[in-house]
Amino acid sequence: MAILKTEDLTYIYSAGTPFEKTAVDHVNLEIESNQMIGVIGHTGSGKSTLMQHFNGLLQPTSGKIYLEQRDIWADKSRLREVRFQVGLVFQYPEYQLFEETVYKDIAFGVRNMGLNETEIRERVLETAQMLGIEKDLLERSPFALSGGQKRRTAIAGVMAMRPKILVLDEPCAGLDPKGRNIMLRQIRDYQKKTGSTVLLVSHSMEDVAEFTEKLLVMSHAKLFCYEDTKLVFRKSEELKELGLRIPQIASVMQALRKNGYDLPEDLYTVEQAKQAVLYLLQNSRNDQINRREDGSSC
Amino acid sequence: MLKDITLGQYFPVDSVIHKLDPRFKIIDTLIFIVMLFSGNYIWNLLAGTIFVILVQGLSKIPFRMSVKSIQPIFPVLVFTAILNLAFIDTGETLWSWKFLKITEGGLQTSIFMICRIILLITGSSLLTYTTSPILLTDAIESLLSPLKKIKFPVHEMAMMMSIALRFIPTLIEETDKIMAAQKARGAMLDNGKLLDRVKAMIPILIPLFVSAFRRAEELATAMECRCYQGGEGRTRLRQLQATGKDYCSLTICLLFLIIVILLNCIYN
Repeated sequence: MAILKTEDLTYIYSAGTPFEKTAVDHVNLEIESNQMIGVIGHTGSGKSTLMQHFNGLLQPTSGKIYLEQRDIWADKSRLREVRFQVGLVFQYPEYQLFEETVYKDIAFGVRNMGLNETEIRERVLETAQMLGIEKDLLERSPFALSGGQKRRTAIAGVMAMRPKILVLDEPCAGLDPKGRNIMLRQIRDYQKKTGSTVLLVSHSMEDVAEFTEKLLVMSHAKLFCYEDTKLVFRKSEELKELGLRIPQIASVMQALRKNGYDLPEDLYTVEQAKQAVLYLLQNSRNDQINRREDGSSC
Repeated sequence: MLKDITLGQYFPVDSVIHKLDPRFKIIDTLIFIVMLFSGNYIWNLLAGTIFVILVQGLSKIPFRMSVKSIQPIFPVLVFTAILNLAFIDTGETLWSWKFLKITEGGLQTSIFMICRIILLITGSSLLTYTTSPILLTDAIESLLSPLKKIKFPVHEMAMMMSIALRFIPTLIEETDKIMAAQKARGAMLDNGKLLDRVKAMIPILIPLFVSAFRRAEELATAMECRCYQGGEGRTRLRQLQATGKDYCSLTICLLFLIIVILLNCIYN
């Protein structure tokens, strides 16, 4: 059963003026629960605009959005509830920190939900732990933290609300490679642990290849496709036309296969590729040994 | 929602008035204001009306823009009119009720005042409609440059003004983003009691200030990297150059002023 569904969702910026621009064009989507979903698309393809519809920050020009079969714009007074159920972390979320302490900042969203102090404390501590924010940092000012720690604090603020759907807009932008990897792993662990749906907007094909099960591809305000990650990466030519590409390792594997190496299809992470290549090498070595043994026996 | 606010009301079309030297436009506007207030007679208003209509026509600014510029001062207009009606006690009494009475003098003054304020606003709005904010600050810097002799930091003032203008759209965009982010965390911005609303501004104002300071610091560094060290020996990309047309505009304005003063002298 789809948790979030859009019907002919269309959004036009500055409608009725000469600056009119369609940012989202008749998008039909059904998002299931308990999944990691990657959102990719060239710059200006409408990814961010689409994401802001999911929690009712933007009202569609036409079309509908259903959260658990309920039209979110049917009753505007319940929009706030929608925002607690669909968490949205913007790009560079560290610029929205404002509280005196990290603890209070993470608690801001949860407190808005109207939970009591014990519940708030429980959630903040649990979320901080999930994201690797040490306990002694919680009483520090968020402005005294390092860039990566600030980012974690801001993400924790939304995660602590335990939304059924969590949308992260480029959560790793500007982090170093090691930090990226740790962050993405923590996000995946959060997803597994809570059984929620996480939408990960990213420009890194490597990241979405490794961490997501399905991909939502946007192109020129339209939904290009929404399929299993490996099915999307089979369309390497089409992706190139959209200004995207398949992960580098997948290109290498494709080239090898073209040159007659017996590698399986759908290799798009370094780990998978390593296993396959090692397996291939092992086999060919065995073949050589067998052949040599055959030769000597003659 | 914040984007709908028009700041710096520059309306870019191609017209004679747009092309005039901004320094002259400022002086012209000042003369226009002097003309409006140089006497309390019908001639001032008549000349002012002709002047505004003339410039409006030449500048190709749509009429509705000028109407829009009066809208925000409408309460002021009403207030001035009521005050004048109620307190000026000269001439014949036209209407009275208990202690309130409206006199001929009061009615006349209030009509004069309203017309004068409308002309003042529409006339000076034409300056900002036809001149981009950056050109305006350049012109102010140039006009105030004699003050350098008494060590008044004219260049620095103008630089601060243009930086402030430059950052208004940036900060508006930033505010929009922060508001969206805090709404996503369930912040309630547009309902609740007054105290709650003030409190709800904190999550927006603090990040906004932090980012404004950060931007200021970055800008300062960027300026120093380009060896900025004040106005001393600095040349300009856009040189302000007076042409025949500019002197022409000045002459027309002065003529208006002189004629009005003469008419006032002769007929009163």
